[in-house]
Amino acid sequence: MSKEPVAVVGIGQTKHVSARRDVSIAGLVREAARRALDDAELTWADVDAVVIGKAPDFFEGVMMPELYLADALGAVGKPMLRVHTAGSVGGSTALVAASLVAARVHGTVLTLAFEKQSESNAMWGLSLPIPFQQPLLAGAGGFFAPHVRAYMRRSGAPDTIGSLVAYKDRRNALKNPYAHLHEHDITLEKVQASPMLWDPIRYSETCPSSDGACAMILTDRAGAARSPRPPAWMHGGAMRSEPTLFAGKDAVSPQAGKDCAADVYRQAGISDPRRDIDAVEMYVPFSWYEPMWLENLGFAAEGEGWKLTEAGATELDGDLPVNMSGGVLSTNPIGASGMIRFAEAALQVRGQAGEHQVDGARRALGHAYGGGSQFFSMWLVGAAPPQT
Amino acid sequence: MPEVLKAPLVVEFPFTRSLGPVQSAFLTGLRERVVLGVKTRDGRTLVPPVEYDPVTAEEIRDLVEVAPTGTVTTWAWNHEPRRDQPLDTPFAWVLVRLDGADTALLHALDAPGPDSVHTGMRVRVRWAQERAGAITDIACFEPYDGEPAEPAGHSGEFDDAVTGIVAAARLDYTYSPGRAQSAYINALSDRRTVGERCPSCRKVYVPPRGACPTCGVATSEQVEVGPGGTVTTFCVVNIKAKNLDIEVPYVYAHIALDGAGLALHGRIGGIPYDQVRMGLRVEPVWTEGARYPDHYRPTGEPDADYDTYKELP
Ligand SMILES: [Zn+2]
Repeated sequence: MSKEPVAVVGIGQTKHVSARRDVSIAGLVREAARRALDDAELTWADVDAVVIGKAPDFFEGVMMPELYLADALGAVGKPMLRVHTAGSVGGSTALVAASLVAARVHGTVLTLAFEKQSESNAMWGLSLPIPFQQPLLAGAGGFFAPHVRAYMRRSGAPDTIGSLVAYKDRRNALKNPYAHLHEHDITLEKVQASPMLWDPIRYSETCPSSDGACAMILTDRAGAARSPRPPAWMHGGAMRSEPTLFAGKDAVSPQAGKDCAADVYRQAGISDPRRDIDAVEMYVPFSWYEPMWLENLGFAAEGEGWKLTEAGATELDGDLPVNMSGGVLSTNPIGASGMIRFAEAALQVRGQAGEHQVDGARRALGHAYGGGSQFFSMWLVGAAPPQT
Repeated sequence: MPEVLKAPLVVEFPFTRSLGPVQSAFLTGLRERVVLGVKTRDGRTLVPPVEYDPVTAEEIRDLVEVAPTGTVTTWAWNHEPRRDQPLDTPFAWVLVRLDGADTALLHALDAPGPDSVHTGMRVRVRWAQERAGAITDIACFEPYDGEPAEPAGHSGEFDDAVTGIVAAARLDYTYSPGRAQSAYINALSDRRTVGERCPSCRKVYVPPRGACPTCGVATSEQVEVGPGGTVTTFCVVNIKAKNLDIEVPYVYAHIALDGAGLALHGRIGGIPYDQVRMGLRVEPVWTEGARYPDHYRPTGEPDADYDTYKELP
């Protein structure tokens, strides 16, 4: 028996900001979930199960969100699951929810991811003083910056590529009312003049720290038929993992990322991603990860990803728009960031992305990664139902 | 079996919590010696109050005052109070259904011994002397044989409401790095870097984990690597980390020690930061009593060829 097709019929986000002091965590997730239900014109009673994800526990000190949030998410009397995969969690949470629909376990599933970075300190969470171990000398940016340098060396990319990505994403964010950073006076010169934090990564090429939540309503073919607005259809989804460090790991272009993309393309019947995919929401917390992931995801040959960025192909009006929403560089509630990528890809093929809509987007990729480039989750969504 | 290291690891952080409207009213109420519950759609009063109806999932905001007196619905005796518990002498954990409430609140009951506690006994709130808008504003409950108190019908609106709390979390672990890393750490005290070779792919893991994650087999053959190595990549850190006493800028590098299958991380010194490059040959510099090299400095050898280190992460 073939799988049940999975449709996205509701999407809700909070306005992402640096601190939502007016709401509890329950109030924050509720806001996103309520908006997703409203978008789908459904009620709590229409939801059969809830699947949530969040950042690693030390990032905000909530160890069992599934206990605390059951009533806020209308999960009383229903199955509720939690997914963990570091920064990629928002993507893998959506995929676990989708698998419940695809397997015909449930008809309609609410999936949600969140983080309130203002209530903790992710840097602290990343650098616990483990006995006998050398303290980490550089923090998150310092962890990724050497990989960026390795990419620059390997590809011969000019120093300016990172600033082009940041300038693009911050301008895209101005068209997205939910984005955290709205830098109306952004210029390329300002990005290039911003302080060098972890050379080669500048301040303006790093993600902010945000409070926010994102929710989606996933449903089966019957649910999609009742949807008041066009659904986004899932054409493929996959997750892959690898260790943080191992002999032979390619930190610039991890094998797990390549394998994950290949699996999604196989499911979706994509032979040439550059030609067949109209828009991409990829997880770019530091600007240089755009060209690196363009290669890892097969949009460019090895060493050539930066050329797409430099030529403007990834701009909102380019032939392969990337991070139309402003991306992680403009909004980063870590636990939710992966799901925001997935949801923004779905918004595009539903034609509901507003000012940051890519005209005629029919197929879009949502991508997330996490940990030390070791967890990958992706989905490909389309305006038309999958061919079964 | 050789000695396996162990050490205490304390993980603690003062997480903050925004309260939202319902918890804000509840905790501000405690500060003012008022206990508030919330009414559900089916007419029950939940104490402590919640933001969303557990039955209908609707938002609920109808706050009502309940009495500071109530009935124990169940209990457990705590023989040995721990740090930061409500009382420092043995006490009962109790669930108390306050007069006017339909659900029970968890707190401590100050009682002389387990024989003096029973389900159904009447108790009342003992307020803390100093109150700040926290569950600890109720110091504990105490036995009570008077009439039920009459709530004053507070509206739940307060001037100067508490909007956030600090929820300090602390976990006490005993940490052990295990057999393979203990051997690595012990060798470092002789200023030697010892990894383990995978019997299958022959790559040398530094630090060793006791298994090769690629082949999925245990490792045991010890191999000394270094002391020389190659900078495979690096960044220049320009922002000072709170917990580190290192002057910026400094170079944070991945260093593949000669013979190792992957790079470890360290600081480069003895050369201006803007002259560090990929391929630079370095060696460790030790300071007296330190477990790890303080930094790595150039050896003066010619730089390594790109091809010799480009696949070392
Ligand atoms: Zn091996």
